[in-house]
Amino acid sequence: MSDTHAQTVSFVRESMIPQSEPPAGNRGAVLWMRENLFSGWFNIITTLISLYVIWWALSHTMPWALRGIWDASSLSECREIRDATLPEGTSAACWAVLTDRWQQLMFGFYPRELYWRPVLSLIIFLAAIAPVLFPHTPRKALALTAVSPFVMFWLLWGGSVWFPVSVALGFVLGWAAWRALAPLAGTLIASIVAAALPIIYWLYTAGPLARELEQAVSLSIEYVPSQDFGGFMLSFIIGIAGIILSLPLGILLALGRQSDLFIINKISVGFIEIIRGVPLIVWLFTASLLLNYFLPPGTNFDLMLRVIIMVTLFAAAYIAEVVRGGLAALPKGQYEGADSLGLSYWQSMRLIILPQALKISIPGIVNTFIGLFKDTTLVVFIGLLDPIGLSNAIRASTAWNGIYWELFVFIGLLFFTCCFSMSRYSLYLEKKLQRGHK
Amino acid sequence: MTTTSDAPKAGFRPSQLIYDTRYRSLTIQVIAFIALMLGLSWLVSNTIANLSALGKDFDFGFLGQRAGYDINQRLIEYDSASSHGRAALVGILNTLLIAVLGCALATVVGVLAGVLRLSKNWLVAKLMAVYVEGFRNIPVLLWILLVFALMTEATPQPRDFREGGDASMILGDTIAITNRGVFIPAPFWGAGAGILLAVFLVSLVAIFFWRRYAHRTQEQTGRILPIGWGTLGLLIVPTAVAFLALGMTSGRVTQPVLATGATEGMTLTDYAASQQTINACAVPFSTESLNLRRLMRSQEIRFNYVAVEDAAGALAALEAGNCNVLSLPASVDLATVPAGAVALSDTIRRGMPVEFERPVLGGFNFEGGLQLRNSLIALWLALSLYTGAFIAENVRGGILSVSKGQTEAAYALGIKPSRTMRLVILPQALRVIIPPMISQYLNLTKNSSLAIAVGYMDVRSTLGGITINQTGKELEGMLLLGLFYLVTSLVISSAMNLYNASVKLKER
Repeated sequence: MSDTHAQTVSFVRESMIPQSEPPAGNRGAVLWMRENLFSGWFNIITTLISLYVIWWALSHTMPWALRGIWDASSLSECREIRDATLPEGTSAACWAVLTDRWQQLMFGFYPRELYWRPVLSLIIFLAAIAPVLFPHTPRKALALTAVSPFVMFWLLWGGSVWFPVSVALGFVLGWAAWRALAPLAGTLIASIVAAALPIIYWLYTAGPLARELEQAVSLSIEYVPSQDFGGFMLSFIIGIAGIILSLPLGILLALGRQSDLFIINKISVGFIEIIRGVPLIVWLFTASLLLNYFLPPGTNFDLMLRVIIMVTLFAAAYIAEVVRGGLAALPKGQYEGADSLGLSYWQSMRLIILPQALKISIPGIVNTFIGLFKDTTLVVFIGLLDPIGLSNAIRASTAWNGIYWELFVFIGLLFFTCCFSMSRYSLYLEKKLQRGHK
Repeated sequence: MTTTSDAPKAGFRPSQLIYDTRYRSLTIQVIAFIALMLGLSWLVSNTIANLSALGKDFDFGFLGQRAGYDINQRLIEYDSASSHGRAALVGILNTLLIAVLGCALATVVGVLAGVLRLSKNWLVAKLMAVYVEGFRNIPVLLWILLVFALMTEATPQPRDFREGGDASMILGDTIAITNRGVFIPAPFWGAGAGILLAVFLVSLVAIFFWRRYAHRTQEQTGRILPIGWGTLGLLIVPTAVAFLALGMTSGRVTQPVLATGATEGMTLTDYAASQQTINACAVPFSTESLNLRRLMRSQEIRFNYVAVEDAAGALAALEAGNCNVLSLPASVDLATVPAGAVALSDTIRRGMPVEFERPVLGGFNFEGGLQLRNSLIALWLALSLYTGAFIAENVRGGILSVSKGQTEAAYALGIKPSRTMRLVILPQALRVIIPPMISQYLNLTKNSSLAIAVGYMDVRSTLGGITINQTGKELEGMLLLGLFYLVTSLVISSAMNLYNASVKLKER
């Protein structure tokens, strides 16, 4: 081809010039900065303002945090060290409060020699939740997950091993009743019996049975009363128990609210609206002030248990609304398809509707869990020693009177880590469960 | 030839209640109903037994009893002699105050942060991401305590504002941020304030009609009238003109200071020297009272301030001897002044329709102006910033939900970017943004019950706190408290449902 021009043009390039780099101002970091930070006068101003804000924030906090004093036994000693080592007028954090009191912030007044028990429970919890969270773990591990709540309960509170065992027997009893009755008498009778039998067992048999067994074979570790629980351990226990218990309850409530059965529907709607309409703190006060009115005279049970029940009911109402959104978002064809296959209500829910609805609701459910975990701080108002309550207690001691920011920073960072990782996990789950339209 | 199988002729058998789907739902409902009733009656009978065991009864009579405690922050008249019901009302108003203030600020912060998080400027977007994630992942209670600690521990004391102290007031010496609260100028209402308000309301109505007229003109003729400028002009100009006119006329009128036991034409200084104490009667938050106080202060006269309801109350107080110096509201004819009072030579101006009094440092604390307590400020800021982070995410999601094709289509039609935003993007985004935003408002209102952490006297602290502790009426108090929150929530959420119904995409 090249010789066609040979007579008319003096020079013809016959090969491509190798691609050259863009000019220096148009590549790499310079290009990025020009596009993202300095693309116009307005952008330049906002960049400068942001830089000023960042500089202002860092210059006020960083020197204070980095100069922090880690080795002291009281705030006044901290100040002495600061005045002796740093030039006058400089501020320095007193991180020594954390080295001095971190055990209290984590475990409350739990006996120091027994710290291995909550730590072990946490490890068991993480091991137990892995098969639920990540699909690659073997399915048989789910059996361990079912047992783990009772093990954790025993480790945390201690006492006789037979008490959690006899409580667990109730679940076994209910399951056995269902398996035995369902083929004989139909699902309705079977489920009523399976619900009623364990309740009767727990009310009348479980306690004496545990005592008998304890007398026969004594297997117990040191008992720790609930008053000694505190710090992040308390937040974790209330948060995790609330999360685990509220999800099934919330799903049931959501199904109830979508149900055609008039009475079931109205009960669910009333429950959800009443719980959601009133702040958690009012419910917590109800639990601490009023619950004794509603129970038979003479009953008195653990404040922590009451709080867990209240938090569970509260979170369940919110989860119910989230799941209801998921249920409503499913196309009607899915319900009709399930019906046309001849599936019963529970079969269609379990196999077709809920897997899809729950997938849609995952972000909302995780958000509710994050909210629940953050709300565990409110128990400070009814006298439980959560991290904030302990920070008040530490501030009330003579050694650390007047210390604020260091404790707030520590508590805030720990909460941030937990909640932020939960929200990242929900993003991961959302991506993984995404089907089709990519 | 059709062969249909007849429905079974056999009559109703009890087993159908369980196995036949036609009757089964009825069985389930009846069982659920019986269980519910049994549970409720169990609770009620327990409650009755417990109450009688404690010797308590169930009645709301305590609401009429004397409360006997003080509330430091109140929007309506209240003192310790008022009833528990009044205290509850003060608390309800305080809750509503913090809710309204918080919702307003949270909306501003949230919309700003949500829009900025979508900014093309990398630094701003990241900064906003840090703000949103930081506030969303840390308990609101911690934020409230943190802001409260900042307000009380990191702000200067009032004495630092003295000469030589290292603190100073901001915004032209009008606002002082101290560890006892934030002091801002207080509004005082003078003669003509009613006229000013009326003019303002009329201009609001005029704006409504102007906008309707402009829209109709555009629809009919295509001519675009300057809606924005017209609205702005109508909002500002009439009110400003009325303010200036009133200030020029009635504002310049001077009136004498009346005093008992004085001779005509005496100066205030001489009069003050002749009296043991000076008790000045004035209507609170009226410009006459403000100007009287200014006059007293400028002559360095110490005086007691006696608050009266209105002009008649002031005259009655003067005759009863509760005060010896008087400044009357402008509406009073001076001829009706009782015989004992004579005019001093000093006069005061009646003042503009609205005047502001700046806080000034006096004694150990600031005087004059409005004191916004630290508890209010801390709760307000923390709740707004916390809720703002959630609203920011709603706003971001809403704007992202409008597909890019909408913008491109609008540009293809030749619509300006600003108008594209206003007419194409926002109407679609608002449909997504508003419902979750209203539920955030609801959350903010409920979170305001955390006021307990900073000692702000909201309804939970009055009705659900001190009142319960004093009367021992836990059941009734908590019931009323729960009812208040429930009603508030239901009102807000039904408003949301109305809105949802009105913006729903109309489908056939």
